[in-house]
Amino acid sequence: MPLSIIVCIKQVPDPESFDKITLDPVYKTVRRSGIPVITNPADRHALEEALRIKDETGAFVTVITMGPPQARKSLEEALATGADRGVILCDQAFAGADTLSTACTLAGGIRFLGGYDLILCGNETVDGATGQVPAQLAEFLDLPHVTYVRKIDVIGKERKAVVERILENGYLRVEVKLPAVIAVLKGINRYRLPTVMGIMEAATKEILDLGCPACESAGVDPGMMGLRGSPTRVADVFESRESRSVEMISGEPREIAKRLVRRLHQMEAI
Amino acid sequence: MKEIVVWAEHRQTGLMSVSLELLSKATELAHQIDATVSAVLIGYKCDAPAEELIRYGASRVFVVDDPQLDLYQSDLYPGILARVLDEISPEIVLIGGTFIGMDLAPRVAAKLKTGLTAHCVNLYIEKIEGKDQLVQVVPGWGGNMFLKIICPDHRPQMATVRPGVMDKGAADPCRSGIVIPLKYEIPDHDIRARTLEFIAEEPHGRSLDDAGIIVSGGFGVGSREGFELLEELARVMHGEAAGTRPACDQGWIPESRMIGQSGKTVRPRLFLSIGASGAVHYTTGFLKSKVIVGIDKNPKAPIFGVADLGIVGDFRKIIPCLIEELKEMQHQSEQKGGDQCSN
Repeated sequence: MPLSIIVCIKQVPDPESFDKITLDPVYKTVRRSGIPVITNPADRHALEEALRIKDETGAFVTVITMGPPQARKSLEEALATGADRGVILCDQAFAGADTLSTACTLAGGIRFLGGYDLILCGNETVDGATGQVPAQLAEFLDLPHVTYVRKIDVIGKERKAVVERILENGYLRVEVKLPAVIAVLKGINRYRLPTVMGIMEAATKEILDLGCPACESAGVDPGMMGLRGSPTRVADVFESRESRSVEMISGEPREIAKRLVRRLHQMEAI
Repeated sequence: MKEIVVWAEHRQTGLMSVSLELLSKATELAHQIDATVSAVLIGYKCDAPAEELIRYGASRVFVVDDPQLDLYQSDLYPGILARVLDEISPEIVLIGGTFIGMDLAPRVAAKLKTGLTAHCVNLYIEKIEGKDQLVQVVPGWGGNMFLKIICPDHRPQMATVRPGVMDKGAADPCRSGIVIPLKYEIPDHDIRARTLEFIAEEPHGRSLDDAGIIVSGGFGVGSREGFELLEELARVMHGEAAGTRPACDQGWIPESRMIGQSGKTVRPRLFLSIGASGAVHYTTGFLKSKVIVGIDKNPKAPIFGVADLGIVGDFRKIIPCLIEELKEMQHQSEQKGGDQCSN
């Protein structure tokens, strides 16, 4: 039996356009319409790990995302890159989710699909950057987890993986039984791009559309999903800069260098 | 009595500094809500670190000490911490946002079905609708704003804070506290993820935490060659090179050298930012530096709002002159030093 791998991906605003995200001064909400979106970079590396395992030992790769209808685009891209099946968890009831309720909902979708050996995630997204979802997903699925992973060796016969997870001053070697949730870092691989052939094949692949009922049938309490299931709230949003009064230094490069060194001396910075 | 708990991270090298920083913050918060501060210590050979935690402000230290817990085990630590927290029922739990804390905290929060806020840059108590809430401030959306996050109806309120964000208080040998050893059966057979060993790796250059001077580059540095120029400047200044997330993403500088909300928070004597516009995600990582210098070609870049000294221009032209100037200065002071010796 080939491994069944599920890759969790998220569509996020393109970091290059983060400065265009503004604040509605009255409603204190974030205005992000018209901001270009991409698939979260670390998630593309998670997909690549799945495809690498598929190339080496054979595997069936499912990509799953929770998001608005336009998040299908990220799934289509993943299918064109080589994934076998897409799943979108899309429902009004999922809106306003924090990491806890996101993980709970994703777990519901994954339980609904069933039959998984390995769940791969990007370690963190570029928008929230909390890195909290993978470990929480593992908790809701009652699976072991390893995060900050930079290398995976799957030993299919023994249904386990040996991975390297980084620390500040080295790494830990961890042996984990499958099924498991593994969150990967961007440095783990170089990901491939969709091919023309891949794009044509993708059109024939299935994208499952799941909503709240699917998660409920997998045993998720509806009160755990979306805004209702989110313990955290944004109480306020404010624009702020801890402002210092800047002294500008101008002139020819040589002049600038001399003045800067003199000022840094006076300020006892060098 | 209300309780604030700090998870004390203990590695083979000793207690992590961030745990002591958080004890200091916890003590400050405890005054405001009339609470006591406790620490939870999970590991092996915990006697000395437990005493150290008391000196840094913990009035109770709950210890789970077992040889199997010597290395971090992602399949054991969360369950143990969640059980201890269940017994204490604290108002607030603070966890250092290390590569281990960021693995442990979310799983514990999910076990307790409570909220968790990552990478807080400020924490304080505010009465909201008649109830004391922990306000957790995080930078939002890459740039221009901060979010105040609360966890209104669930307890404990959990937050992670990166190393270096909070100030570490002083150790006081006169402080008293109690160490409470806890015994948990650790079932060997159902450990599904087992950490086998720790392999140390030489960090690239010196640690950013101890650097007096940091030269940091952004996307505007443009290439790996550009970073070599920054690294040379850092060498001449006896400082360290670092970079923004986009620069790390390009592979111009290793991820361990990343400054910002999801990277390192530093507070050197001098921070030079080069070719980075200055989004909040990045600037929160060095705002507490003594002197900040910003160099960017865009005169409207937000970096000039947080810098003490600003230079608008092409760093490729300015940095070589700066290197020359610094070398000249060092040469002169060496000569002076030599004169003094001969006197």
